[in-house]
Formats: sequence, structure tokens, C-alpha cells
Amino acid sequence: MEKSVVFNSKLLPYLLLIPQLIITFVFFYWPASQAVWQSFLREDAFGLTSEFVGLENYTTLLAQPEYYAAMMVTVVFSSLVAALSLSIALLFATQADKNLKAAGAYKTLMIWPYAVAPAVAGVLWIFMFHPSLGTLARPLRFMNFDWNPLLNGNHAMALVVMAAVWKQISYNFLFFLAGLQSIPKSVLEAGAIDGAGPLRRFWTITFPLLSPTTFFLLVVNVVYVFFDTFGIIDAVTGGGPAGATTTLVYKVFADGRLGGDLGGSAAQSVILMIIVIALTAIQFKYIERKVQY
Amino acid sequence: MVEHRPLNDIIAYAILTLGVFIVAFPVYLALIASTHDAATVVSGNMPLSPGDQMLENYYRAVFIGGARTSREPVAQMLINSFISALGIALGKIFISMLSAYAVVYFRFPFRKTAFWIIFVTLMLPVEVRIYPTYKVVADLKMLDTYAGLILPLIASATGTLLFRQFFMTIPEELLEASRIDGAGPFRFFWDTLLPLSVTTIAALFVIQFIYGWNQYLWPLLITTQDSMQTIVIGIKKMLYTTDELAEWQLAMATAILAMLPPVAVVVFMQRLFVRGLVETEK
Repeated sequence: MEKSVVFNSKLLPYLLLIPQLIITFVFFYWPASQAVWQSFLREDAFGLTSEFVGLENYTTLLAQPEYYAAMMVTVVFSSLVAALSLSIALLFATQADKNLKAAGAYKTLMIWPYAVAPAVAGVLWIFMFHPSLGTLARPLRFMNFDWNPLLNGNHAMALVVMAAVWKQISYNFLFFLAGLQSIPKSVLEAGAIDGAGPLRRFWTITFPLLSPTTFFLLVVNVVYVFFDTFGIIDAVTGGGPAGATTTLVYKVFADGRLGGDLGGSAAQSVILMIIVIALTAIQFKYIERKVQY
Repeated sequence: MVEHRPLNDIIAYAILTLGVFIVAFPVYLALIASTHDAATVVSGNMPLSPGDQMLENYYRAVFIGGARTSREPVAQMLINSFISALGIALGKIFISMLSAYAVVYFRFPFRKTAFWIIFVTLMLPVEVRIYPTYKVVADLKMLDTYAGLILPLIASATGTLLFRQFFMTIPEELLEASRIDGAGPFRFFWDTLLPLSVTTIAALFVIQFIYGWNQYLWPLLITTQDSMQTIVIGIKKMLYTTDELAEWQLAMATAILAMLPPVAVVVFMQRLFVRGLVETEK
């Protein structure tokens, strides 16, 4: 919808737009296009000269087993985090949606981890599960379980997944609760009159009606795992051991900084950009149809 | 609810209490660790009740800094975090409110183009263009400055979209009435639009403050001096000396201090927080 009454000023609107446009060009378009351009260049070891190498950075990248390993890590990591944090949050949200007296207090107590920085969340979890001093590592050792996230790749993955899920439950909880509260009670009453018990009502009425929220959250969670978990991974494992928790985003960071391979890092950035644009496109397409049940 | 069974309520309370316990336990442990001395924390047998070193640990963390790492005291990091979080929140509100005003209340050539130029930034978070952005900031001599910490992170469309959406819901009669009263674009913005937008501004502020406070990768890259560190990256640097020597009790005290401001914002401004979260995601 457009406004039909507007101001007729020739210069003013441009002046109003200038601050945002300048910042957007300097810190967004310029670096993004640099990333694309750099992905076709190869720099010498000292970064003094660079030559145009076409798609060489991409072919080198796609021939690297480590790149596919990072891709697998990303897929495993995102599916685990999304599946766990969505189902746990849904469980809590359905309980909080029952007309409990203390529902408001529980809501406050559930949502605050949203405000904890991912890196801080990572530090909290490595402290709990640190092989030598972690409070929760002690019972694991006691059961003769050789727990060591600093050396064992699967343990490291389990730890970053737990930290990432812990932080994301609050967000999913909030949106699920809002989704549940917008489902008309009359539909559920009709189901009850027809003799459906609580579980049956949940799976045949509530869950399908909640599917737009669930789908929206799925996309948001995948984007979250891609980008916001960087702090968790860097604080807990640093991408290790032996790349077991190196996601695609972490690899862009590690290759560019530690390896100094800027062309390869830029090529990874470009591939990531394409993935994010695809994800965002899916999200927007869905939002268009959001109200259709 | 349709039927009300007491047993059902008991199960719900049990599950929710378990949830709250899971959510709170890691923070509780950190709080406990921040009240013991170093030896107790690293022994692997830390008790689950508070110790007596709380004042000592927090005092050392805030004003002196770690003994082994010779890092900055946390007080400076807190100041840095506050400045950059405030700068990011206020900066975003400022530029996006102006541009949304231009896009909604004016007609001019390239209006749609300008909107799309801004809109595209939604798609690419700073993480995917991290090194080129670093290079731009380095070329502009903004490494280790507050401008470098703030400006690249406000280049995003969330605020613009939010204000645009809100301005669209404001009845046109208001603008007509203002114009009949002889108000120009400045008067209308200042006397009518700004007062109406207070809640939207506050909601956006809450979300952006948390976003800015919790930044990690960007400050990690562009701060080289310890005096410019934010608290979130400060904690990690405390831990990664050599693992055994890390002063966990100070790191945990710092973690608690790092959590406090954003968590307080969520708890005490819950209504604004929820509103901001829901509206920026649309």
C-alpha cells in the first residue's frame, strides 16, 4: 500500500537517504563485490601481487576433501540443532500454553537465554563439560565413559550442539507459544466434543495449524546455525579436534586468517552468499503465503 | 482449555520446571564458580554451593584483570561493550528512520531503487563478507576504533523495513491535518511521527542493543589492542592461555558480568523485547 498524500520536496528525500546509502555502499556493497572479485584472483605469499586465475579458486576448493567435510559438519550440526531445539521448545511451549497460573513467570524464566552471547554460552558449556574440571564431566568419568571433547570429534560435536540448542530454545519457545495462542480454542473444543483426547488433538489439530510457525522457525534456525553459532564453536572447540566442528562459516574465517588463503576464503564466501540468498528466498516465498491455513 | 484435569497441570508444571532448570543450570554453575578460589574451581570437585571468594573475584576481574594473562581489567571492556552496543542500536535507529521516512512520505525518482539497494543487505550477514569488510575498515584507518566496531554492523535493512511498515499504518489524515496547519516535512516528523514511533523505536533499540552487545567475530577481528576489546571477546582470551593455567573463576565472573546487561534488558523490558523480536523477523 502506498501513501496518496506525500510531501513534494525534490532534494530532501535524497538527503534523508544519504546516511544509510553511504554506510550500505561502503560497508556492504564494496566488500561484497570485493569478495566476488577476490575469488577470481590469486595472491602471492606476501600479498604483494595478484593475478586473475578465473575459476581456479573454486575448482581447488571443490577438490578439497576438507571442504566437503566442513559441508557435512554444517549439515549434521544444523539438522541436530534445528531438530532438537525445535522439538524441545515445542514441548515446553505446549505446556506453557495450558492455562497455568504461573505461565507468565515460566515464560520469563524460559526466554532470557536469548540475551546470552553465543560465545558466552560456549564458555558456560565448556566449563560444565571440561574433561578435567567440568562438574558434569565427573559423573561421565565415574561411569567409565572416556569423555573428552578436546580430543574426540564426536564429543566435541555433541558439546557444541548442546550449547547451540540451549541458546536457541528460548527463541523457538517464544514463537511457538505465540503460534499456539493464536489457534482458536473453538477448533480444539470441536475436536474434544468429537471424542479426541489431548494427544490426538495435538497431532491432528494443533500441529498442522502450527506448521507455518514451524516452517518459519526451521529457516530461522538454519540461518542461526550457519552464522550465530560461530562464537559457540570458536569458544568451545576452535573448529577442532581435527576439523570435527569446522562449519562452512568457521572455515571461511580459519582459511583467511590462519592459512592466509584469501582467494580460497573469498570463493567460500561467495558460495555461502549463494546459499544464504537461496535460504532467504525460501523464507520470503513462505512469508507471502503465511496466512493461508 | 477444553477439559481441566489436575494431573495434566502437574505434568505441565513438572516439565516446565525441568525446562527452567536446564536453562538455568549452566549459568548457576558459572555463578558458583565465580565465588570460589582458583584451586577449588580447577580441582574438578567444585561444590555446588557458593564459596567465599565472590567479592575478591569480581573485584579482581573488574579492576585488576587476570594475573597470568595480564589482560585488561573488565571495567574497560564493559565500557567498550556499552559504547559499541549503544552506537549500533542508536546508529541503526537514526539512519533507518530517516531513510524509511524518505521512502514512505516522498515521491522521487529512483525511490524503488533506493529501497531495493537497502533491502538486499538483509540477505548477507557480516560473517560471509568478513575479510573484505575488514580490509575496507583497515583502509579507512578504523581498526581499533569505536567507529570500526559500530559502523559496519549498522549496514542492514531490518530497521528500515520495520519503520517503513510502521509508517504505512499511520493514518493519512494525520499528514493532511498537519499540512493544513502549515507544517513542513521537518515539523511533521518532529511533532507527529517521532512521538508516534516511540514504542517502535524502543522495541528496535532493545533488540539491537542485545545484538550489538553480543557481537563476537567482528570485534575479534578488528581489535588488536587489549584496551579496545569488548567483554564478550575478553572472556575467551582469558581462557585460551594454556588450558590448565586459565583462571576459570575470573573468566566465570566475567561471563556473569557479560550476561547481566542484555539479560536484564530482556527480563525488565520483556514486552518491548518480544515486540521487537516478532516485528524484526517479519
